[in-house]
Amino acid sequence: MGTHALPIWLFIVVSAIKSAILLFVLLTAVAYTVWLERKVVGHMQNRWGPTRVGPFGLLQPAADGLKFLFKEDLTPPHVYKPLYIAAPMIAVIFALTSIAVIPFGNSVVIGRYTIPLQITDVNVGLLLILGITSIGVYGVALAGWSSNNKYSLLGGLRASAQMVSYEISLGLSLVGVLIMSGSFSLRHIVEAQQGHFWGFIPRWNIFQGQVVGFFVYLIAAYAETNRIPFDLPEAETELVAGYHTEYSAMKFAMFFMAEYANMITVACLASLLFLGGWNGPIPAWLPYPLHVILPVVYFVAKVFVFLFIYIWVRGTLPRFRYDQLMAFGWKFLLPVAICNLIATAVAVTW
Amino acid sequence: MSIHLVLFLFFGAVAVAGAINLLAQSHPINSALSLIAVMAALAGEFLLLGAEFVAAIQVIVYAGAIMVLFVFVIMLLNAGVEERTKGSRVAIMFGIPGMLMGSVLVAWAVLHSYGQDEVVAGALEGAPRDIATLLFREFLLPFEVTSILILIAIMGAVVLASKPQAVQKRKEH
Repeated sequence: MGTHALPIWLFIVVSAIKSAILLFVLLTAVAYTVWLERKVVGHMQNRWGPTRVGPFGLLQPAADGLKFLFKEDLTPPHVYKPLYIAAPMIAVIFALTSIAVIPFGNSVVIGRYTIPLQITDVNVGLLLILGITSIGVYGVALAGWSSNNKYSLLGGLRASAQMVSYEISLGLSLVGVLIMSGSFSLRHIVEAQQGHFWGFIPRWNIFQGQVVGFFVYLIAAYAETNRIPFDLPEAETELVAGYHTEYSAMKFAMFFMAEYANMITVACLASLLFLGGWNGPIPAWLPYPLHVILPVVYFVAKVFVFLFIYIWVRGTLPRFRYDQLMAFGWKFLLPVAICNLIATAVAVTW
Repeated sequence: MSIHLVLFLFFGAVAVAGAINLLAQSHPINSALSLIAVMAALAGEFLLLGAEFVAAIQVIVYAGAIMVLFVFVIMLLNAGVEERTKGSRVAIMFGIPGMLMGSVLVAWAVLHSYGQDEVVAGALEGAPRDIATLLFREFLLPFEVTSILILIAIMGAVVLASKPQAVQKRKEH
């Protein structure tokens, strides 16, 4: 078996290849999540969604991308330019960075070396993701402020207040999982969820008493990613388009990409922490390559289910009012998260 | 030079440059952003020491939460460019020597109590378990006292913010 550590040059080459592949997959996933959303919401509303470009409208994301690239990039005269330009970059850079610590499968053994299917395994991986997403708020907040437009400003203010409020519930909902696995490393957390109860119920954290934590996480994650029913920062009936009102062409597309990349990160995190990550049934008689590929397939399937629920919720629920959003976050979600944390701690110490 | 020293100097330079930029900028939001750069650079220094947990907390709490609130308040008040004054001559006369003396004093105290041993990169064990043991066993009392202090500060802020209405109500009675 490959237990040798990689030599440094090989490590760099392997990391670069992994980063390139992952970035490509992530950006493609972002494009096709948009397609999926338009298609699914379309069918829920008795429409067809995109059908014209390519079979089933599958080339629609490519057409949209080209359109964004060739559109005129307007900069209104009254904006504060340095931050106006920096804001979409901040949003998209931090949205794409957090994928670096997400493990998406077991390790591959090639020759003498074991290569984990993850760009880097940091032992505080989960905290790193929380840190990166908390920096991502600046993209939205600064976009709203630097646009020098009252609707943008209101959108930015709403976004920062909402994200700071729901981040607390989000963090607390994760602590339950951390107590059970005793590690911040996402790989360890997934490995702690291997095996079954009574031979058929998987030992995923959601079946180990973290049901409440899971739903708190789910709700807080919707608020963190500014999705319906918590998409007040871009409520088009009140704020034109919220924080990205003054943005056009590729700068607008960057916010769009950031939002969908964040959705995918949140979905990855949920399946890693609560749904057992890449754990799933693998018959022992299958050849070795399938032992590597099947876990990745399971992981992607779980992420896909999450994204589908995101879209489903968007097709179902109306938007909250702003005071309802704040009251819900502070007076309901936070106490529930704290109770869940205390209950988990008591159960684990016993 | 080892890569650790290069990184240490880089993050140190970013932190100092950010701190100077904070003072030099006339717009509050630029100052707030420079403070975020300082916080991020400090997180980098923690990371070099091997204290990954502290580094992550530094980013989440300071750069991610507290500074968001700063930026939020600046945005909410829509604070404009600050007015330049020539500054008081007394402040320059006493401030700069005072600052120098203060930094010399701090440096002397640190060197005196810890000696001049070199700190090895990655030598600090900042595992969450160790930090939790320190916080909740050895330093439990100072930790709790600090949290009560913060609570008092919050209550003070609430009282100050709600004062005009309270005064009005008392007058009505």
